[in-house]
Amino acid sequence: MRRSMLFLPGNNPNMLINGNCLGSDAVIFDLEDAVSPAEKDAARILVRNTMRYMDFRGCEIIVRINSIDTPYWKRDLDAILPQQPGLILLPKTGTAKDVQEADAYITELEQKLGFAPNTVGLMPLIETALGVENAFAIATAADRVQALFLGAEDLTADLRCKRTKEGREIEYARTRLVMAARAAGVEVYDTPFTDVNDDEGIYKDASYAKALGFSGKASISPRHVGVINEVFSPSQADIDYSYEVMDAIAMAKAQGKGAIALRGKMIDAPIVARAEQTIAMAEALGLGRSEQ
Amino acid sequence: MDTKLVKSIREAVQLSGLKSGMTVSFHHHLRNGDFVLNMVMEEIAALGLKDIFVNASSLFDVHTPMLQHIENHVVTGISADYISGGLGRPISQGILDKPVQFRTHGGRPSDISLGRTPIDVAFIAAPTADPMGNCSGKYGKSACGSLGYAFADAMYAKKVVVITDNLVEYPLQDFSISEDYVDFVVQVDAIGNPKGIVSGTTQITRDPVGLVMADLAAKVIDASGLLKDGFSFQTGAGGASLAAASFLKDIMLKKGIQGSFGLGGITGYLVDMLHAGCFRSLLDVQCFDLKAVESIRTDPRHQEISAMHYASPSSRSAAVDSLDVVILGATEIDTDFNVNVHTDSNGYIMGGSGGHSDTAAGAKLAMIIAPMFRARLPIVTDRVTCISTPGRDIDVLVTQGGIAVNPKNTELMQRLAAAGLPVVDIRELKEKAERITGKPSRLPKGDRAVAEVIYRDGTLLDTIYNVK
Repeated sequence: MRRSMLFLPGNNPNMLINGNCLGSDAVIFDLEDAVSPAEKDAARILVRNTMRYMDFRGCEIIVRINSIDTPYWKRDLDAILPQQPGLILLPKTGTAKDVQEADAYITELEQKLGFAPNTVGLMPLIETALGVENAFAIATAADRVQALFLGAEDLTADLRCKRTKEGREIEYARTRLVMAARAAGVEVYDTPFTDVNDDEGIYKDASYAKALGFSGKASISPRHVGVINEVFSPSQADIDYSYEVMDAIAMAKAQGKGAIALRGKMIDAPIVARAEQTIAMAEALGLGRSEQ
Repeated sequence: MDTKLVKSIREAVQLSGLKSGMTVSFHHHLRNGDFVLNMVMEEIAALGLKDIFVNASSLFDVHTPMLQHIENHVVTGISADYISGGLGRPISQGILDKPVQFRTHGGRPSDISLGRTPIDVAFIAAPTADPMGNCSGKYGKSACGSLGYAFADAMYAKKVVVITDNLVEYPLQDFSISEDYVDFVVQVDAIGNPKGIVSGTTQITRDPVGLVMADLAAKVIDASGLLKDGFSFQTGAGGASLAAASFLKDIMLKKGIQGSFGLGGITGYLVDMLHAGCFRSLLDVQCFDLKAVESIRTDPRHQEISAMHYASPSSRSAAVDSLDVVILGATEIDTDFNVNVHTDSNGYIMGGSGGHSDTAAGAKLAMIIAPMFRARLPIVTDRVTCISTPGRDIDVLVTQGGIAVNPKNTELMQRLAAAGLPVVDIRELKEKAERITGKPSRLPKGDRAVAEVIYRDGTLLDTIYNVK
């Protein structure tokens, strides 16, 4: 489960060592944009050592390496892969070929390290117009791809438009990525909301992303983590309704009925599937049914 | 007598009968903006007096001119509840022959009232006074709000001098300290620098780790069973403590809980809680910011109290005895929950108990908020450098890495675990931090006592030795 993913600069020891205390389901140790070229080596070592010595139980580690058109990405993987991150976030992914190139090198390292194939997942970061148009091909380019990730800042620069809080300029990219990811059977994560002080704005933005079908949302500020977790967690009403659905289905089966209505609405396969997803997530979060 | 006004501080010192070997006292409501202590000590030095004992409720960096008086043997002894690093460091290096006596905000007035620490002349910095000595901290250009720590000095000193930069016509209304205690009044241009007296605003932390701790702290209070109508609360002015108060406010409003009182050093955040209906009143021994000063001046629910009323163990009762929850800080805490707020990890004096051990002793739940490490040093240690507050009075430590409950408080431990909060053993927190920082080796202590930590009941709690 990755409701929230918090970016942490790879060159900031204080943030890195406290990364597992900030409440997000996953942290993204950033070796790319947050780190200047002069600090790439130091950040890589710092992130590697943080992964080696710190206990991140309950918080998945994702590492954003540098893009494959830079001289850094292989060295990033050389240092990071032995620590078994949950996912590698691959920036500036524009084509299926980019994914395959990264996949090939990760496969090579996995073999050297004696890891089972696809131990480390890949999450292409879609942040160019080309990437958006190729989203489905990217999502299906390798078995290692577990999710797509939308990066709106670079994308809007590529689109030559202004990034706004309302986000109308990324509407197409958002829906396109959700569609592509779901068609490919992988998860999809929304871009961070960048105004750290706008509590209402992050709530609206996260709620909208959830409504579109995103699995979770990234954040550049620990202050947004709580809101994102709340938005992407099932509500008590959703949980209760899901249990009612499952109860009704069980009753229908017991009575030998093929179809059953709940609150005047026929329960069909998609409703059951959604109820199952909600209950699975609620159980993972330790949430239960309301007491009657 | 139609006036107690004298021409100068020097004249007041002379008329008070102060002689070498005597004791003078000061209060610290003007904090790091105070001019009065330095002005008085300069006159005492100029008059050629020596061997003076200074009993100050707290000393700040603004008071470093005292170092000169120590070197010249004008000052040979100090009692204070808090000493910041500017004076603390040289004291730790052994500048004074006699150890400093550290007391608490409750222990100091207790010892004064019991005659254990007699004061010959008290000098009271007063933001407003009339010519007969009625005075207040609520008005004037140097307004500081409450004068809580000065009451014991006024009531028990043999002679009392009020020093003001806002002399008003007799009688001053809404006075704090009344003329019947005052012998002399001096008017000066300025008793302090307003910028150092109170902060414009005190801010909650923006540090993500501080916010995590504050969120946990509020949840601990919520789960403690104490958060119900009539709840009483004290917190410090540190960023994480204020953030905890802010989160607590949200919980109280959501649950419709009206507490009885907020206590202690009062900030704008507690004033906001009063206005929001979280408390019926504020009991204020010291104001920390302009909002608190404005509130104590205008809102009758915001009540000034003396340090005796606040925390004295020899009062018939003190507000700390009715306190439900206090949030406190620590420079170190050991695995027996003893807390150090007097020295840094290297042994240099940089603080003091203030009301730490008074509120910890009185409150039903005494909580420490501290990060797992500061400046690469773990906060949880095997043994604190100095015991400021004994572990028996501390109930819980909140860090970003988990919550450690004192094993003596089994009920709290069960309540927090039932609420799903991350309760861990304090030794686990220590080990967790040491895995990151390594185990720091201790600096060797000197063999000369530079300060004695006197507990609120007058007994010796610990001794601080010089740093080599």
